[in-house]
Amino acid sequence: MINTIIWLVAMPLSGALATLLLKRYATAIAIGTGIATSISAAILLYAVATEGVMLYEIGGWSAGLGIALRADGLSALLSMMTAIVLLASSIYASAYFKENSVRSRFWPLWLLLWCSLNALLLSGDLFNLYVTLELLGLSAVALASLGGKTAALQAALRYLLVGLLGSMLFLAGVTLVYAGYGTLDLAALSREVTAGPIAWTALTLMTVGLLLKTALFPLHFWLPPAHASAPAPVSAVLSALVVKATFYLLMRLWLDIFSDVVTPIAANLLGILGAAAVLWGSWQALRAERLKLLAAYSTVAQLGYLFLFFPLLAALPAGPARDAAMGGLVILALTHGLAKSGLFLAIGVIQQRSGHDTIRDLDGTAQRLPATTFAIALSGIALIGLPPSGAFLGKWQLLAASFSSGQWLWVVVIMIGTLLAAAYTFRVLGHAFGKQPYPRRPVSIATEEWPALILTAFATIGLGLAGAPVWQLLKVSL
Amino acid sequence: MNFDTWLPLFVVMSSLLPGLVMFFLNEGSHRLRTLLNMSGAVLKLVLVGIMTWGVFHEHIYEMRWTLAPGLELVLHADTLSVLFVILSTVLWLVTTVYAIGYLENSPHRSRFFGFFSLCVSATVGLALAGNLLTFVLFYELLTLATYPLVAHRGTPEALRGARIYLAYTLSGGVLLFTGTVWLYSIAGSIPFVEGGTLNQLDPDYHPQLMVIFLLMMTGLGVKAALVPLHGWLPQAMVAPAPVSALLHAVAVVKAGAFGIIRVVYDVYGVEFTHQLGLLTGLGIIAAITIIYGSVKALSQDNLKKRLAYSTVSQVSYIALGIAILGPIGTIGGVVHLVHQGIMKITLFFAAGNYAETLGIHKVSEMDGVGQRMPATTLAFSIAALGMIGVPPVAGYVSKWYLALGSLEAGMAWWVMPVLVISSLLNAAYFLPVLYRAWFKQPATQWPHEKILSSRFETQSALLWPPLVTAALAIAAGLFAASPYSPLEWAALIARREYGL
Amino acid sequence: MLTAHWLYGISACLIMIFGLRAALLHDSLLLRIIALNIMGTGVFMMLITIAYRGPDAAPDPIPHALVLTGIVVAVSATALALTLLRRLTEEQDND
Repeated sequence: MINTIIWLVAMPLSGALATLLLKRYATAIAIGTGIATSISAAILLYAVATEGVMLYEIGGWSAGLGIALRADGLSALLSMMTAIVLLASSIYASAYFKENSVRSRFWPLWLLLWCSLNALLLSGDLFNLYVTLELLGLSAVALASLGGKTAALQAALRYLLVGLLGSMLFLAGVTLVYAGYGTLDLAALSREVTAGPIAWTALTLMTVGLLLKTALFPLHFWLPPAHASAPAPVSAVLSALVVKATFYLLMRLWLDIFSDVVTPIAANLLGILGAAAVLWGSWQALRAERLKLLAAYSTVAQLGYLFLFFPLLAALPAGPARDAAMGGLVILALTHGLAKSGLFLAIGVIQQRSGHDTIRDLDGTAQRLPATTFAIALSGIALIGLPPSGAFLGKWQLLAASFSSGQWLWVVVIMIGTLLAAAYTFRVLGHAFGKQPYPRRPVSIATEEWPALILTAFATIGLGLAGAPVWQLLKVSL
Repeated sequence: MNFDTWLPLFVVMSSLLPGLVMFFLNEGSHRLRTLLNMSGAVLKLVLVGIMTWGVFHEHIYEMRWTLAPGLELVLHADTLSVLFVILSTVLWLVTTVYAIGYLENSPHRSRFFGFFSLCVSATVGLALAGNLLTFVLFYELLTLATYPLVAHRGTPEALRGARIYLAYTLSGGVLLFTGTVWLYSIAGSIPFVEGGTLNQLDPDYHPQLMVIFLLMMTGLGVKAALVPLHGWLPQAMVAPAPVSALLHAVAVVKAGAFGIIRVVYDVYGVEFTHQLGLLTGLGIIAAITIIYGSVKALSQDNLKKRLAYSTVSQVSYIALGIAILGPIGTIGGVVHLVHQGIMKITLFFAAGNYAETLGIHKVSEMDGVGQRMPATTLAFSIAALGMIGVPPVAGYVSKWYLALGSLEAGMAWWVMPVLVISSLLNAAYFLPVLYRAWFKQPATQWPHEKILSSRFETQSALLWPPLVTAALAIAAGLFAASPYSPLEWAALIARREYGL
Repeated sequence: MLTAHWLYGISACLIMIFGLRAALLHDSLLLRIIALNIMGTGVFMMLITIAYRGPDAAPDPIPHALVLTGIVVAVSATALALTLLRRLTEEQDND
């Protein structure tokens, strides 16, 4: 089986360069690169499923001096999700940007973002993670500020400064790790790290830095303005992928490398912050006046659910119950990524048709765009966690883990969060029923409407019914 | 590719696939839409017939699909599923005909029939569910599929009614979901087994099992309209008549009642439930609901609201039957699932006819309507008499068995008065309506009469369904002792549940 | 007694803390950018400090490589931040 790891990093990078140089063919090059990268991701996923962890050493230098790229079940799944979301959003973006000046700056940054996401997910080395983290942050900020006015620029600048702060803290943590253990290779570290003051401080520094970037309550203040003011395809990717990448890093640190260092109190703290995020984010989403703000606050809430898993995973001993919970965490993350990106793309369609995204004035537009409204409905189902979405399975596992480990508080939080999500989803969907006649064709512009539909259908039907392989794949781990 | 494995899935798909296709149809393609609707309905009927024959002869039809470790989707046909599936299929066929006529020239028909078909697919799916996970999955899908139907007209009242409906049903769904996951965490992935399996668990778990029961009953009770969770039902009357007919005779309300039957009989086991003291509680709530629904119905002038409160009351007969320990009570409750469905749908069809043809929405406007629309009013009368419990219409059979069952279980001292009082109340809110319809002189002008080309009193698509269902109601009562009646099937279910 | 080593280490921490404090508390965006740079300098100093392997051995090259990379990243980030700041002030002047 060919090892496609390096292609996942190299193809978007060369694509970015090509779109920078050959401006006239930029869109075609970008979509072509996207398709090629997605195929590579699929091949990688298959390879990991059949052969186990895949390794690639850049330049042939082995670990210690060289930089290794590693793909296990988790990385392969996330890079597949990245590919699907970015490909669909690329197709949408090709129709979204009308001005050439914006579009010519968009594609190189977009492909650079893809490259940095893949590099982050596949890195096997702690410092490389820092570099990719920075690269991710810079390209995300640049994309968020494209073509924007004051509000967007302010939000982007705040995003940048918060991100830089987070990266600095992360780097400080990396420094401590190297000082204490003399290596930066992830596989080696997971063997050697033991509890002690160095490990403690390093984990705290890195965690705070990553929490800033993942927008966990109460460090979430920068996210709603940034995600709401960015152009639609960019918002999709920011909410679905960028925050997931930093969350993935937290998972690696807490569940893998520093798993012996983590204490129940620390895990509970993350859980409580997650619970606060669920309640606060859902409440703010319910009160939001604009669709994009609603979606952004919903992201804050959904990330909170992911953090609820930490105290549970810390409490459960290794075994089938813990594996089931891990799978629930991942499938919840995957479903959210697909559903949220689909939602932002659908909102983008509405915003372009009617010139605004105010919820109160949604009536006519929503009824004239049945396919897009249906995509919003599917996305809503996934965000609430109703069957048949993947989120239903994820929430089931979350609840099951809460019951078996006896941590009842999370049960109440999940129930309230689900009802709030239902409230804000159906607040929007209520506008889909009205007096406007049904348009002749359900889908008006294919390139704009189909990506959202496909993404949300994947999340709500695909992952829900065919999600069992996720658990299988997670067994392949570093 | 075993036929036995695929049959349950095909039964669900036979309405799901046409439904999905219908979403993409142009508004103008009436023929194609009707073709899809009818062929799906007929196909389903055929498949269900095969399934019934098979289950009667102890064939196993089962399909399993793994969603996640420890979580399996199971579609399994047993005697109880078949009862509900037959009811749903036959009544869906009739309602489809009715709806095609009722919604002629209405907007958004493709969307309507699409969700209509999804609704039936979800109902059949939960009837065929082989474990709680599958049941919960289809139960929530049912909520999602029915919301657009309630909101269909798009008016502020419709949207408001739909919002209330959703608030109630989703909250109930969350409770049911939580209870189910809790149960799974204690007992593992338990299938529906006649007689229940939870009595085999460690007694230390009993307090938890009681709380879980409470959660589940509340979740199911929302859809089954048990007091005080019934508030959504009168509000949902804003939906078009075919929706009210389907929701209140077949889909949503019966799904809740069916769920209660499943949990009490096939998860907990009726004797274990009694042992935990929960059966009596269920009975009390059922009794309160029966009386309360009938009392509220007395004061409603709006015809559909009166029928709504009547439904609240009548569905709790099923719960009452479950609460009466012993096979005879069970038979009474289970068979009422079918009888109430047939009778109530007739009433709603008639109400829809009055509204559509003459613009009548209130009981006070119904004076002399029997002279203008005799066939419809005849169907209405038959069903109303059945509700009261007058032979030979089917309702008396259920009440008879409930009474008998309560005697045998020693509960007659409170069940009998409830039955008597509620029958009297039923008479009190139905008989005056019949009197008005047949014996009073009509007003000079109907509120909003439609000019029809038909030589019958209304369109044929609206006329025949209530007559058919009324005939079925009489047949179910008259031929209750024959081997093919709903009563005999209910007896079969009871025998298998109690291991007789 | 490695007083120089400890001196560098402690000053690195102090610089980091001062930079952090300034970044969190100042209102002006330009000052915050500068503060973050200072904090970065502190982290780099920390890295250089840990490269010391004793008076006789050559220092560890890996942290040096990390610092060089870090400086490049910091420069790019600062450039982006300043560009955004300038565009923001332009837009605010236009409003």
